[in-house]
Amino acid sequence: MSEPTLNMEQPPTALQRFKASHFWHSFKIDRVAQLSFLIFLTYAVLAISASFIAPFDPYDASQIDIMNSEIPPSWQEEGEEGFLLGTDAQGRDMLSTILYGTRVSLMIGLCAVALQALLGIVIGLTAGYIGGRVDSFLMRIADIQLSFSTLMVAIIVLAVFQATFGTELYQQLAMIMLILVIGIAEWPQYARTIRASVLAEKKKEYVDAARVMGFGRLRIMFRHILPNTLSPILVISTVQIANAIISEASLSFLGLGMPVSQPSLGSLISSGFEYIFSGAWWITVIPGVVLIVLVLVMNLLGDWMRDVLNPKLYKG
Amino acid sequence: MPLLEVNNLEVCFGLRSGAVKALRDVSFTLERGERLGVVGESGAGKSVLGFSIINLLSRPGQISSGSVHFEGNDLASLAPGELRSIRGNRISMIFQDPMMTLNPVLTIGVQMVECLLAHRKISKADAKRISLKKLQQVQIPSPEKRLDQYPHELSGGMRQRIVIAIGLLLDPDIIIADEPTTALDVTIQAEIMDLMLNLCEQNNVALILITHDLGVVSQVTQRMLVMYAGRIIEQGPTKEVINDAQHPYTQGLMNALPQMAIPGQKLNQIKGTMPPLQRIPKGCSFNPRCEYVMDVCKQKLPSFTESGNCQVACHMVAESKQDKLLVKEV
Amino acid sequence: MIAFFVKRFFQAVVVMFVISLISFSIQDNLGDPLRELVGQAVSEEERQALREEMGLNDPFLVQYVRFAKKAVQGDLGDSYFFKKPAFEVIMKKLPATLELVFGATIIIILFSVPIGVYSAINPQSWFSKTVMGLSIVGISIPVFLTAIGLIYLFAIELNWLPSYGRGETSNVMGFWETGLLSADGLKHLILPSFTLASIMLPLFIRLIRAEMMEVLQSEYVKFAWAKGISPRRIYFVHALKNTMLPVITVGGVQIGTMVAYTILTETVFQWPGMGFLFLEAVNRVDTPLIVAYLIVVGAIFVVTNTLVDLIYGLVNPTVNLAGKK
Repeated sequence: MSEPTLNMEQPPTALQRFKASHFWHSFKIDRVAQLSFLIFLTYAVLAISASFIAPFDPYDASQIDIMNSEIPPSWQEEGEEGFLLGTDAQGRDMLSTILYGTRVSLMIGLCAVALQALLGIVIGLTAGYIGGRVDSFLMRIADIQLSFSTLMVAIIVLAVFQATFGTELYQQLAMIMLILVIGIAEWPQYARTIRASVLAEKKKEYVDAARVMGFGRLRIMFRHILPNTLSPILVISTVQIANAIISEASLSFLGLGMPVSQPSLGSLISSGFEYIFSGAWWITVIPGVVLIVLVLVMNLLGDWMRDVLNPKLYKG
Repeated sequence: MPLLEVNNLEVCFGLRSGAVKALRDVSFTLERGERLGVVGESGAGKSVLGFSIINLLSRPGQISSGSVHFEGNDLASLAPGELRSIRGNRISMIFQDPMMTLNPVLTIGVQMVECLLAHRKISKADAKRISLKKLQQVQIPSPEKRLDQYPHELSGGMRQRIVIAIGLLLDPDIIIADEPTTALDVTIQAEIMDLMLNLCEQNNVALILITHDLGVVSQVTQRMLVMYAGRIIEQGPTKEVINDAQHPYTQGLMNALPQMAIPGQKLNQIKGTMPPLQRIPKGCSFNPRCEYVMDVCKQKLPSFTESGNCQVACHMVAESKQDKLLVKEV
Repeated sequence: MIAFFVKRFFQAVVVMFVISLISFSIQDNLGDPLRELVGQAVSEEERQALREEMGLNDPFLVQYVRFAKKAVQGDLGDSYFFKKPAFEVIMKKLPATLELVFGATIIIILFSVPIGVYSAINPQSWFSKTVMGLSIVGISIPVFLTAIGLIYLFAIELNWLPSYGRGETSNVMGFWETGLLSADGLKHLILPSFTLASIMLPLFIRLIRAEMMEVLQSEYVKFAWAKGISPRRIYFVHALKNTMLPVITVGGVQIGTMVAYTILTETVFQWPGMGFLFLEAVNRVDTPLIVAYLIVVGAIFVVTNTLVDLIYGLVNPTVNLAGKK
């Protein structure tokens, strides 16, 4: 407080600007958004520290005892103290498997969306900024790509891949394949929105100013236009992560995703499916609930952000 | 008894951050067959006034107090069913943009006939016959063809003729026309305006013409209201208001007209802009822009002062009247 | 009208050409048809001779043309597993899948239109708010979990409905095995259809609600109010028709998505349709069957897209079917 004048002259820091923003303000008053964010944060922390907090290592065959299979959660009569959420058909501790599975699901979701965003942003910026034939060509491809359902494309590609290379090699490469397939199939979502924003931004004066000042095309695109397309990117990404996690779970459920030895939430649910009606419900239900809550909070956050940031999304 | 009598009308838009008043204390009357002009900048509340007369404000707008008496009924408090029997029937509206006013997926015939059938117990064939007659009245070329056409097949001018025909369909008592020609080509604006005025005159229909075009108002209306930030600030016979504007804002509007300017000189614009409805200043809402601003203007809302046949809401006008009175007494 | 069909036909040819090219490359690279035919116990020389005879050594293009010629006549080779023409095998399973999609579509239309319209007209009511809340939960539940939940509740706990298979079917017109004509068949259809519908239902409710709310704000709806016509006519004649235009377009794309989701639904319910068959074919590396599936699905895409365009053109007077706008 001794030098108030100096403070006044300094531009506000990023944090100060953030605190004064509409975004932060509406977050402070929206309980659903707060709760969703808190839950998502918990998921993220648990996933990152899975190998430290999980009581067992589900990837380590020496820690698994088949005699321990299908033990119900500890609060049930036949449950055991050591296995809080029971064990699966192979005798793996459910809690540990779910922690690791969440990590796999989240990782595939995040990486796939990162790939989508990268492809989409580059293609969208190119199409929007260069325009003309390049634009109509790229957007035509995006239209065609969108008219095929992602799940369909993923199933076919993964099925053919599995049939060609055999199950063993496939299981080793499953994670990369999932990321690639989900990542490549959904780029048009980003590209179309980015393109629309670029077209809108291009007309504005600051872009002209930057061009007059002699900045190169790439610099104008990445330094000047891209930051202005952040809010649609943020909104799409949240929803896309939720979608990617569901796609991964669906593919794993069909046996085209993560192998049982290295399960994601989807393959855990799938592996428990055989046992659900013989009484061992927890193998399916617990990871199922974990999955639904994760996807739900992502969707709620996406919805909230769409309301707050209100970006001009491309209407499909 | 006047045909329409609006008293102390107030309209609120209930936004989350407190209600915004789009209209305050609006009162005026309209006689049968009279032509009334409503002028003001965009955002002054002209269109809101038009819609609130037939109580057709879109959410979250609503009439919060005041009355709109039409033939003894207060439209502001009428039940929805009764209100519906007046809308389109006794009081009809003509919207600004004919490109947006007609439903793109219904034929012209359907959109005309449904209006007749909603208000009169007649057969479809009769309704069609009346529609055709009205289309002839608005001088549309080959009217029989139009009934089966869709709006997108017609030009803007033709569409506005059809909108006017729909407005006149049930021989209403009042037509509220909200900028009926602004969206049209300049070349046909006058034509459409003449058509509308002639038809109103022939059928003895009262007209409320909402516009920002002072030229049109001065030519065609008998009385006019000037609105600023949701209030009427001056009203009276059009000739008097135009020739001898009292309120500084009205004077400013006149001076900004190109025909008022001396050739070679810059047009006189009113400085500043109208404040948004959430931030209307205390006292007279025009005070930050007024060149004659006084202390009282920033404190107290001016009430209406009679000046000739006009009413003006301005402290300065009130004071000068007062002075004249004092002079007379002395 | 003729121009429209010519244009659509041309598009269909292009799409089918691309699909056939993809299918052919799969066939070319996946598995060894020779081994499937003669087994391992044939000498290398005999193999070569056979290869030459079967045209497997011909250039890619020659082989593709041969494949395409046969494909046009419906000959996609024999399924390795069923030892029958692949096309025939797929077509036998097609009715089951189409009936499933049909059931789901009916459910979606029946629920999404009234719910979407109601919640657009009364956005502040508790019903609309509940629907919006539930729809986001619905979007977040993967379809196979919906299926498991429904099976658990209705088949196991309540024991009202069967949990797998098609039940009793009857033959119509010689080639269509249908489950729609018997009570048992219909009962079997309920759970799978609701499962398949559950994916799209929340999306459609939200879409219809959003579009309808936008239309209700439009000038022409305001003008309709100013004309004094009844609310019912405004909602269902003026607003609904305009609301449905974008919904039809999106709906057409979503039918394609639904075909993909039949694979998941059919797997959980062991529904003997194409999707279930396809997954089995993948596990058995039954290439001709995989190819046949791709081509049939491609054809379904083309047909539904054409139909959707046609319906859109009929509903929307501003679209000239000849292609002029």
